[in-house]
Amino acid sequence: MAKSSFQVARLPGFSTVALLAFLALYVPILTLVVYSFNSETTMGNWGEFSWKWYERAWDNQAVKDATLRSLIIASFAAVFSTALATMAALGTTRRRSFKGQTFIYVMINQPLMVPEIVTAVALMILFGLIKTITGVHGLGYLILAHTAFCIPFAYLPIRARLEGMDLTLETAAADLYASPWATFRRVTLPILMPGVIAGLMLAFVVSLDDVVITEFVKSAGQDTLPTYMLGQMRRQLTPEINAISTGLLVITVVLLTAFFLLTRKKD
Amino acid sequence: MTERNAIEARNVVKAFGQGDSAVRALDDVSVEIREGEFFTLLGPSGCGKTTLLRLIAGFEMPTEGVILLDGQDITYLPPNRRPVNTVFQSYALFPHLTVAQNIAFGLEMQGKPAAEVRARTDEMLALVKLETMANRKTSQLSGGQQQRVALARALAPQPKVLLLDEPLSALDLKLRQAMQIELKRLQVETGITFVFVTHDQEEALTMSDRIGVMSNGKLQQVGTAKEIYTRPKNRFVASFIGETNFLTAEAEGGKVRLGSGDVVNFDAPAKGTVTLTVRPEQLRLGPADEAGAIAATISNLVYFGTDTHVHLELADKTELVARVQSPATGDAGFERGGKVGLRFAPGALQIVGD
Repeated sequence: MAKSSFQVARLPGFSTVALLAFLALYVPILTLVVYSFNSETTMGNWGEFSWKWYERAWDNQAVKDATLRSLIIASFAAVFSTALATMAALGTTRRRSFKGQTFIYVMINQPLMVPEIVTAVALMILFGLIKTITGVHGLGYLILAHTAFCIPFAYLPIRARLEGMDLTLETAAADLYASPWATFRRVTLPILMPGVIAGLMLAFVVSLDDVVITEFVKSAGQDTLPTYMLGQMRRQLTPEINAISTGLLVITVVLLTAFFLLTRKKD
Repeated sequence: MTERNAIEARNVVKAFGQGDSAVRALDDVSVEIREGEFFTLLGPSGCGKTTLLRLIAGFEMPTEGVILLDGQDITYLPPNRRPVNTVFQSYALFPHLTVAQNIAFGLEMQGKPAAEVRARTDEMLALVKLETMANRKTSQLSGGQQQRVALARALAPQPKVLLLDEPLSALDLKLRQAMQIELKRLQVETGITFVFVTHDQEEALTMSDRIGVMSNGKLQQVGTAKEIYTRPKNRFVASFIGETNFLTAEAEGGKVRLGSGDVVNFDAPAKGTVTLTVRPEQLRLGPADEAGAIAATISNLVYFGTDTHVHLELADKTELVARVQSPATGDAGFERGGKVGLRFAPGALQIVGD
């Protein structure tokens, strides 16, 4: 900038504050990762480097079941919420602005605004009622709940992508004999794809590490990885938890990196 | 060119908005565009020319009136079912497709067999001289090349009418002039009816078979470039196309009396006050004492290279501009404050309506 405008980086102590903030963010995670390789059983003592807790977690049937359940729920929830979010994004951007647009926007993003614990309790009561009446248990309830709170996370990148898209492209497709459906399939969707994939991955990650809603909604024996870990905490704390957390962290980082690269690469 | 109409608009009205705040972008426009002609809609921005184009393309529906294509009513047909293609001002090339895929798009949507699509695409690439760029992404092309892809894409399905919405406005002057020639060549080679929208009068004059001049949602005059330039129907057309002078005069049987009191031979159809127009290049300047010439004083001289604009003042302070071709020496031999005798070239004076 040519003008000497206000620059936060010039304030005294800027680098100190920044450093402290980063330390607060990353020291706990770093500690977690380091201690997942600790051969000792208690947190305080460092023995030697070891893969022991990873092996222990790998051999634990409960961990395997919970992981599989987490992945199943996250996959379904990500796909469903992204499909719904795509439709919502198209519905809110592909038309002239209308009365109550902001209201609709807030409605779609409800899971971001309403405290998660409220949604959790509400879902527990509603699903509990349905379970009692129908006698049907199963993962469906968890998938449904996760789909609902994943929608805004999928919606936001898709909407951003749609808003950046030149509407003339759709007009041009129609001009070149494309039916409305062909226009969507051949022009809108391919251009939207980076946003859709970003939304899919964000939804997947958000679903994968949800604790609160899952804890309230799950039936007996439906532990996901995070709720399994929470359960372990109540009994005995072993670095096995650290190993599992590190595993989750790796999955999340990989997905978020992919998300970042995808949203940045195009245009 | 035949006398059949490719496009006919009858009493078309397009209003945007509701009730009192409604704006009439098109106000009772009727026009006939002949098969195989290069027809230009010319006018300042906001005159309704692009709206008319969008109605022909089917992107908008008229509030009133009918649009015919080859005699068939297409007023409410969606754009994908009209044999009409558009070259957009922003080109609107599909960013996720290659040059060849862009050109093939319309043919594929028409359900043409793959072999035909390929052959036609190659033909189009050759027509716009982009064979070597077939597999590039469109973002890797220059503005002029993107323009040619947009043209090839719109021409590939062999539309009955090609609509061009200010396609040259994003190009620099040299490229624009080259593309004007290119466009005219393509139109002649393909024989397709072109409807071209522009605000650039020079573009309109050089390329068009006929021009429709628009302003305020109304079609002001339709005619060939020469008709529009030499016989403008009203003040707006006269001043929008080229430069011109206006004179107020009293018509009196075979003569008109100018505000300066000078009398000029001119066969006005009616008596009374008339507005006359005369192009700057149709003024003849001679010696001040020339018999029958109008006395004028030179108030300013502006040198333009090929010619010099001589600003004149008549006895009643009426101002006129004469354009005099510059001689080899560059000095037209006039000086500020000098007296000259002014004559109008035969047939140069025109009556215009308001």
